[in-house]
Amino acid sequence: MITLADQLLVLVLLINFVSLGTSRLMFSIRAVAAQGVILGILPGLIHPFSWHLVAITVVIIAVKGFVIPMMLGRAVRSAEIKREVEPFLGYVPTLLLGAVFTALSFGFAGRLPMLPEHQNYMFVPASIATLMTGFLVLTTRRKAISQVIGYLVLDNGIFIFGLLLTEAMPIMVEAGALLDLLVGTFVMGIVINQISREFSSMDTSLLTSLKEE
Amino acid sequence: MYAALIILPLIGAAVTWLIPFDRLRPKVLSLFTFAHLAVTIQMLTTTPPESPGGWFHLDALGKIVLLSTSVLFLLCALYSIGYLFYRRERSNRVLCSGLLVCLAAASMVTITHHLGLMWVALETTTISMAPLIYFNRNARSIEATWKYLLICSVGVALALIGLYFLAYATIVARVEPSLLLDDLMRDAAKLSSGWVHAAFVFLLIGFGTKMGLAPLHTWKPDAYGEAPGLVGALLSGGLVNLAFLALLRVYQLSLATKEILFFQNALVVMGLVSMIVAAVFMARQADFKRMLAYSSVEHVGIMAVALGLGGRAIFGALFHILANGLSKGVMFLSSGNIHRSYNSKSTDHVRGALRRLPWSGGLFLAGFIAITGSPPFAPFISEFTIVSSAFMQGRMVIGALFLVSLMVIFIGMALTVLPMVMGEVPAESETTSYRDTIYTVGPPLVLLLLVLLLGVWIPAPLMTLLNEGAALLGGHQ
Repeated sequence: MITLADQLLVLVLLINFVSLGTSRLMFSIRAVAAQGVILGILPGLIHPFSWHLVAITVVIIAVKGFVIPMMLGRAVRSAEIKREVEPFLGYVPTLLLGAVFTALSFGFAGRLPMLPEHQNYMFVPASIATLMTGFLVLTTRRKAISQVIGYLVLDNGIFIFGLLLTEAMPIMVEAGALLDLLVGTFVMGIVINQISREFSSMDTSLLTSLKEE
Repeated sequence: MYAALIILPLIGAAVTWLIPFDRLRPKVLSLFTFAHLAVTIQMLTTTPPESPGGWFHLDALGKIVLLSTSVLFLLCALYSIGYLFYRRERSNRVLCSGLLVCLAAASMVTITHHLGLMWVALETTTISMAPLIYFNRNARSIEATWKYLLICSVGVALALIGLYFLAYATIVARVEPSLLLDDLMRDAAKLSSGWVHAAFVFLLIGFGTKMGLAPLHTWKPDAYGEAPGLVGALLSGGLVNLAFLALLRVYQLSLATKEILFFQNALVVMGLVSMIVAAVFMARQADFKRMLAYSSVEHVGIMAVALGLGGRAIFGALFHILANGLSKGVMFLSSGNIHRSYNSKSTDHVRGALRRLPWSGGLFLAGFIAITGSPPFAPFISEFTIVSSAFMQGRMVIGALFLVSLMVIFIGMALTVLPMVMGEVPAESETTSYRDTIYTVGPPLVLLLLVLLLGVWIPAPLMTLLNEGAALLGGHQ
């Protein structure tokens, strides 16, 4: 089953590049939703079956794959904005940077000691690469919604690492972290609505009235 | 006992949410924060035993932060009775229940020894404060809320990956996998240094962002500048201390590993950079609430430097948690009154506050004298302890930079504060319905008296608490 997990992680990495390369916001949201669904399947592949596990899978897929993307989709529709325009850094440079970061994260993961049973799998490099991708989206895009997407990708990266830690992380803490993510995205969605009402756009580069001269 | 600290404010949040009257809500808020302080004092005097499994354990560090947070919340709640009377044009439902949710999460941060749970609670405080910064519902406050929410959420997320690295280090070392502080400290020597080093970098960046250490402080002037005065007081006097407590936990852990020197040096550098950034931006600041935000950047810098120095300075850092938290309360609450009265927070419009609002203007002036570290107020004691410790350890450059920054900040802040409170009220100044009342002046006055009291006399139980806390962090006399 682990090889299937690895193949799914490759898919996660490919989705990272989709979110880096596309300008269409709805498409980007769907890509992150797909990533969320894959992350929901992963725990089922690396742990033995239990009803407990089924519940976790269902909750993760529901939250990361459906609820959060729906909230973001609503924000996009009500703001009537379809595309990210003029990011701070173009799509080709960010894609290239994304590739560099992905390569670097494989190098970084190779230098850290790992359990022999994790040695040959991609959890750690995939996690760090996804984290970096999220960071890249966050810092290079103008639209508030793209920045939330970046935050979600970053969080997905952290989640992948968490898959290695089931013994150390009690379920209550994991659930708390997921709830924080859900409420946080919900509040961000509300703020985005207010931004688009106040500025008639979601462009965060218009948010400059508080700059120091 | 532990549960009461969390459940009480949560019940309060539900009750204030359900109450349909804006006038009644702040009073209910005060009632619940008062009950919270009562439980806090009960817990400080009769230390409850560690909970089974070791998840909840109120140690000296947690006690110090819990006490300062609970006192500040109560006084801010009392202040809100007077303040919200002047803001009747909008509903205060979200504000009142948000404060209580934040108080519940804040208490959780102080009592838990499980780093994962502490992280969840810390992130909850971030989210619950976001709608409160947006209280004024205008373009500037939405911008501030967005920056605050995004930067702090990303920062705290980076701290989570740091915690994950720590947990993975325990798995690699084949010790009991855990994120309990006590387990981690016991096994710290066996953990692989690569993972631990990476973990400390992420934890420092993450909690440093939440605390507002330069260069991760960019959200701070905006959020503090646009939030209502009482929210600013809680952000700068309450939430900052919670993030500092998280850093103290990491510090406790780093003491048990070989990473302590790296961690201490990083703290000193970030702390000094914060103080210098504050000194540069404090001068000629045209908005007095943003000035207070830079003062907050300065004071988290002071705490970071003190922690990095170690030794006797640790005592100073712990005392500064109380001294800074309470003084910031005085400054933000009285500045909120001045803002209401002049309907402006620009230093061009606000002149002669002492004449127009003798109480609030006087408190603002006294708060300025306290926060810049003048005797006989409490921040003087902590700052003097820290700087003398730096020189005693022979770290002359750090001590000198520290003193020069304090001096420049004193001058920069005086150039803003003195014209505000002295002189004549400009003739064209807007007249508003705001008048100083017992509810808007009483809470900052009580805070100021506390700051003064701590400056001249530290009660013996508090002294014991501070010494116990310093001992936990390896800071000897």
